Amino acid sequence: MNIVCAGINHRSATVDIREKFAVGPQELQRALSRIRDIDGLAGAVIVSTCNRVEYYTASVCPIRVLDGLRGYLKERSGEMDAPLYTHDSPSSVRHLFRVASGLDSMVLGETEILGQLKQAYASATACGATTRHLNKLFQHAFRVAKHVRSETQITRGSTSVGSVAVDLAGKIFGDLGGRTILILGAGEISEKTARSFVSRGAKTVIVANRTFDRAARLAEEIGGMAVHFENWPNIFESVDILICSTSAPQPIITREILGPLLKNRPDRPLFVIDLAVPRDAEAAINDLENVYLFDIDSLEKIVAESLEIRRAEVQRCEKMIDQHVSEFVGWMRNHMAFHA
Amino acid sequence: MDRFLLTGATFCLLLSFCHTLLALGAGRYRPGVFNRVALFGGFVLLTLDLWQRGQAQGSCPINSLFDVLVFMSWSILLIYLLVGPAYHLSLLGAFTSPLVFLVLLFAQLGLAGPPAQGRFARDPWVEAHAALSLIAYGAFALAAVAGLMYLVQDRQLKKRQAGTLFYNLPPVTELGVANARLLWLGFGVLTVGFAAGFMSDLQVNNLKFATSVLIWIGYGLLLALRKTHRLPARRTAYASMVIFGLTLLALPTIQYLSTAK
Repeated sequence: MNIVCAGINHRSATVDIREKFAVGPQELQRALSRIRDIDGLAGAVIVSTCNRVEYYTASVCPIRVLDGLRGYLKERSGEMDAPLYTHDSPSSVRHLFRVASGLDSMVLGETEILGQLKQAYASATACGATTRHLNKLFQHAFRVAKHVRSETQITRGSTSVGSVAVDLAGKIFGDLGGRTILILGAGEISEKTARSFVSRGAKTVIVANRTFDRAARLAEEIGGMAVHFENWPNIFESVDILICSTSAPQPIITREILGPLLKNRPDRPLFVIDLAVPRDAEAAINDLENVYLFDIDSLEKIVAESLEIRRAEVQRCEKMIDQHVSEFVGWMRNHMAFHA
Repeated sequence: MDRFLLTGATFCLLLSFCHTLLALGAGRYRPGVFNRVALFGGFVLLTLDLWQRGQAQGSCPINSLFDVLVFMSWSILLIYLLVGPAYHLSLLGAFTSPLVFLVLLFAQLGLAGPPAQGRFARDPWVEAHAALSLIAYGAFALAAVAGLMYLVQDRQLKKRQAGTLFYNLPPVTELGVANARLLWLGFGVLTVGFAAGFMSDLQVNNLKFATSVLIWIGYGLLLALRKTHRLPARRTAYASMVIFGLTLLALPTIQYLSTAK
């Protein structure tokens, strides 16, 4: 029995090509039953995400299966030749383990792919499209992903400014549920950052902008409330996270302004995220008790450090994956006779 | 053979300490089973050692400076095992193991001598006073450790550094809360311990009494200032470390001087 993988991903094809081959959840069952008609194919799992479309198949005759898959894909895409990469075992096994561990992802070490693989496998199982070898392969892949993540730093840190800000807030407040966010300046980047916080349970979002209508519009979009810009100090007592991105030429959050406001909220940390250039918050406020200031440079520096750490871990991950591949190939060799 | 259990406990803590250092050095520390098992192993061995020496001395085994340090190490581990999981402070173990290891090492290398004889009669108030006081110091020790963790995390946030410790240390707010709660726990137990001392017929020299009262007032004042928001979390963390450091120096010195007389 052989495991064959054929697919396209973000490296081999641009999005306009990938979208032609994408398999939506509603057509997955049909696609699975269609490819199971391919001569020599014992079972299949289709993984279709925004960055990849991959077919994992169990077969005794890989060449015939690949030909069949190429024909199917051509037919699906309207006679377009898919820029397919193909892997035969053990290379296909290694490929799946790398995909599950996030090593093949666009953002190195991202974890969403594991959930997508689990979903793809569950769908194939529900359609009765998997075989014993595919079951074993995917279950092993999930174990590999867990092992790699827990033993290395491949998922360490965050890889976007928004998620770094959320991580930092977690290291200041712990649970973000019930926290109040004040946005000064209704720009796109502050909106994205605020949305990251809301998705992690932040309770209240207050928007203040020089143009009140714009503040009101953003507040409505993210389920918050708007205040007039000059009134923000009045609601400051309840604020935990301050996101600034105004276009003011001078700092608007200074030590002189913040100092007296902080006296009304003893022992309550304040996380200031300054996304504006020129900066909205004076650097000296970071010296105030319970105030943690991060500007755009410091957030981007953390993103870069996280990526660097992840890249440095790739070799260790590959070694761990090699061991798992040997283990799985050994199992396959011992179970040649009991295929399907 | 009589030091076998103690040596075993010290070895467990050394293992935990080395494991933490190696993992942190490799930049991949995660609080895990190894530290918990090593610290629990150390606690069990210390408990057996104390029980054995308590049987031999016919009283709570805190009759010499050596005994005091061993008992305090035991109480630090006890509080850690009770409090650590409750506050999700797994990494507290990584900071606790070096402290307890050094205290035990100092006790064994610097103070080991012939086994102490029970010096006072079996007055339950005296026993309660001594044992509770040392358990309180165990809580204060852990408050100092939580304070150190707070300061490390606070510094990393202020300096905008996201190193290995940053990702593994608990949130700075939770560390501040843990620091304050451990101080309250220690203060409460110490107060009960002092009350037990007053109920007994124990005669202590003035220097020891004055030092103990000063420590009690010091922690009481610290907690009062914290409670009324006059002392922010960062300064409370510093103060808890400073007062415990002074206590660690003062009490054994006085105990040593008293024994020398």
